[in-house]
Amino acid sequence: MTITLKVNGKSHEIDTDASTPLLYVLRNDLGLHGPKFGCGLGQCGACTVQVGGRAMFSCIMPIAAIGGREITTVEGLLENGKPNKVQQAFIDEQAAQCGYCIAGMVMRAQSLLQTNPKPTEAEIRQHMRPNLCRCGTHAAILRAVKRAAAA
Amino acid sequence: MNAPFSPSRRDILKGTSALVVAFSLAGSRLEAFAQNAPAAAAKPVTPDQVDTFLAIDEKGAVTVYAGKVDLGTGVRTAFAQMIADELDVPFEKVSVIEGDTALTPDQGPTYGSQSIQNGGVQIRQAAATAKAALLEEAAKRLNVAKEDLIVTNGAIGARSSNQTVTYGELIGGKQFMLKLDPAAPTKKAADYKLVGKPIPRLDVPGKITGAFTYMQDFRVPGMLHGRVVRPPALGAKLTNVDESSVKQIPGVKVVREGDFLAVVADNEWNAVRAARELKSSWSKSETLPDEKKLWEHVRNTKIVKDDVTSNIGDTKAAMAAEGRKLSATYDFAIHTHGSIGPSCAISEFKDGKLTCWSASQATHNLRKQLAKMFSMPLDDVRCIYIDGSGCYGRNGHEDAAADSALLAKITGKPVRVQWSRADEHGWDPKGPPTLIDLRANLDTAGQVTAWEADFFIPQGAAGMVELVAASLSNMPTDTALSPGGIVQDSAIGYKFPNIKTVCRRLETTPFRPSWIRTPGRMQNTFANECFLDEIAAALNVDPLELRIKYTDPADTRGLETLKRLEKLSKWERRPSPQKNVTGNVVKGRGVSYVKYELVRTYVGAVAEVEVDRTTGDIRVTKFYVVHDCGQIINPAGVEAQIEGNVIQTVSRTLKEEVTFDRSMITSLDWASYPILRFPEVPEIVIELIDQPAEKPWGAGEPTAAVVPSAISNAVFDATGARLRSVPFKRDKVKTALQSA
Ligand code: FES
Ligand code: FES
Repeated sequence: MTITLKVNGKSHEIDTDASTPLLYVLRNDLGLHGPKFGCGLGQCGACTVQVGGRAMFSCIMPIAAIGGREITTVEGLLENGKPNKVQQAFIDEQAAQCGYCIAGMVMRAQSLLQTNPKPTEAEIRQHMRPNLCRCGTHAAILRAVKRAAAA
Repeated sequence: MNAPFSPSRRDILKGTSALVVAFSLAGSRLEAFAQNAPAAAAKPVTPDQVDTFLAIDEKGAVTVYAGKVDLGTGVRTAFAQMIADELDVPFEKVSVIEGDTALTPDQGPTYGSQSIQNGGVQIRQAAATAKAALLEEAAKRLNVAKEDLIVTNGAIGARSSNQTVTYGELIGGKQFMLKLDPAAPTKKAADYKLVGKPIPRLDVPGKITGAFTYMQDFRVPGMLHGRVVRPPALGAKLTNVDESSVKQIPGVKVVREGDFLAVVADNEWNAVRAARELKSSWSKSETLPDEKKLWEHVRNTKIVKDDVTSNIGDTKAAMAAEGRKLSATYDFAIHTHGSIGPSCAISEFKDGKLTCWSASQATHNLRKQLAKMFSMPLDDVRCIYIDGSGCYGRNGHEDAAADSALLAKITGKPVRVQWSRADEHGWDPKGPPTLIDLRANLDTAGQVTAWEADFFIPQGAAGMVELVAASLSNMPTDTALSPGGIVQDSAIGYKFPNIKTVCRRLETTPFRPSWIRTPGRMQNTFANECFLDEIAAALNVDPLELRIKYTDPADTRGLETLKRLEKLSKWERRPSPQKNVTGNVVKGRGVSYVKYELVRTYVGAVAEVEVDRTTGDIRVTKFYVVHDCGQIINPAGVEAQIEGNVIQTVSRTLKEEVTFDRSMITSLDWASYPILRFPEVPEIVIELIDQPAEKPWGAGEPTAAVVPSAISNAVFDATGARLRSVPFKRDKVKTALQSA
């Protein structure tokens, strides 16, 4: 089927099977590699993007279910080609080891700060809970989210 | 020395550029070109040549060729720091190529916390050799004494005149044709400008903006997507495949070779669907032990040899002498690597040659394994490293590589294989179960007179781990067990008069083993450092004090580590457990210490925990680490490694355990194999001891060794309950609390 998707401010006509998860369309049809495949089960958050302004697991969201909602990936956070506030805070805190989880972490943090610009430590931890990191970068990620909130 | 500056073979880089994955530090960009690659030209890759490790172009840009790879640890940046500093060139002028078997030397797999200690030091030595030769040549050209020369930003100038000549002018684009001189003088500690600085990692911005190309993102024109359909049971044989079951999915081809079953498709989602929907029948197979009796099974497994890792004095006599006897048994569960991105690789056969792109930590070994699997000459196989999701040892990357190579061979097209979550949790090799018996004798004067330990661990070392695809398809592969160097840290450094430690090497272990971060060292140190805590409690002395008492007085760095830890953690000297605790949630602190492998990095740690005595839940609230890894190249990198070690190992200690039935692993996702999440992450306080004039030692693993024991000892301090079985899950904690 053909579906129109609005991703990072641009519209795209996608011709693919309706069951295809958004993640595969972003990565393979649109060449956006920021969202990652981690589990395909909604358990790790590596694939986190914003759909209609909310952080979602793109790996379990069939494109047929998106409707008119706008999609933002980590690439779409750039402002005039430069890292946005959250991305810059992650860079400043060097909040990546292998970095495979990080695009998802940035998207999760972005959604927190959009709705709660001054979160407490406990709120940050609770909000970030769906996203897994195996390298143990959590401490640096927490510092980055706090830095972004303070910026 | 050979004659330097041979003008021959100018175009070493040009000839090989097509397949090079170069990481330019200046622009943080990864270039991966895959089209029509000519064979790599004759750049040496033997470890005795300077050109193996270094090239300098006309503009003075330096390329470093590293056999060790950056697994997310920051060593790429650290290598650039070391080499820029040694050569006195701007940091931005150095780029690093890693793990390409056609271009980079075989420096051994990237494991064991050796990347800086061995790999980086070797490259630094090449740079020192190159620099000495460049200075000699400059002295001739400028007609001044060598001692009169000074290098600034890659330009050699004479102090006595204002003449200069640049590296680019001297060597630009040519090979050095020099033997690496192991005695070439390196800089003095005081002269380092970049070494020791927290230079930001240059791969980080791209990883945060989404621009970075991971193995999982890499694509080759015309490639197919492959997915392997795994047997439902280890050892099951494929009896039937119903290809019509995936007829409705466009562009799918079913591939079968022995018990290797896979699908390929040009659309990735169609490959995923086809792998899920393909109907196949397999024979019944029940080869695994009863999970509930795992430790009995381990104890009853045939012992093929004993490795005596220390034998001091006469423990037999000392154990028989009068005194208080202590004994305990420890065990440590089977763990999986748990990479967040499942393993992935792309292979392509072209003109009879195989190219494989992989995030393997050991591309040179992978090359040998693929050559063996396909009975090809080694020269016809090239493996190229591309950063992947962290692997923490030998995970499934090599197996995904073998899967993709087999599919590429059969289909005649380049094939990308991306493992599923269940593939990764079910089929990557595992950290083997470890069972440890400990005994000690304490005399009436409160001295430890004997220490004995038996470690029940599989045979084998860090070799070539059997490739799943090769086994399933009956192609040649190495089958010896390769669990890693798991005998390490079975011996202890404490100065007891009688010590005997024996590794009882088992013929088999339930799952294909491999090394996972801190292999053996973590399990062995867990038992040793907890048992030492048991001794301290039996003697009613402070556990940190006991460690200091039995540390060799000549080991001043070890003693300094412990002293600083005491201060950093505001350690209160008193015996454990603490007295008069009340309430449901109780707090405690525990210490642990290791001199890694008895010869290198020192780590001391204190864990603070809260234990809920009703639920059995443990919360690790704070972790203090004092760390001496000699000369620090990049303190930010070392701190990141320490934090990662602590968090990952708190997870392994509290939560992780591979589960299985008689046929197969049953912990196939993050729900059945949970790891630590944000609310559970402890606060971490780190103190680094820098030793700028000493050798740099590893930092990627040592901290992990002390984490499980520090937590167990803290739980004992809080509750009087001794946890001797990792992971420390609720039920075990509750049982231990009842008998405390
Ligand atoms: S990949 Fe989507 S949650 Fe794991
Ligand atoms: S940085 Fe490696 S998984 Fe998070």
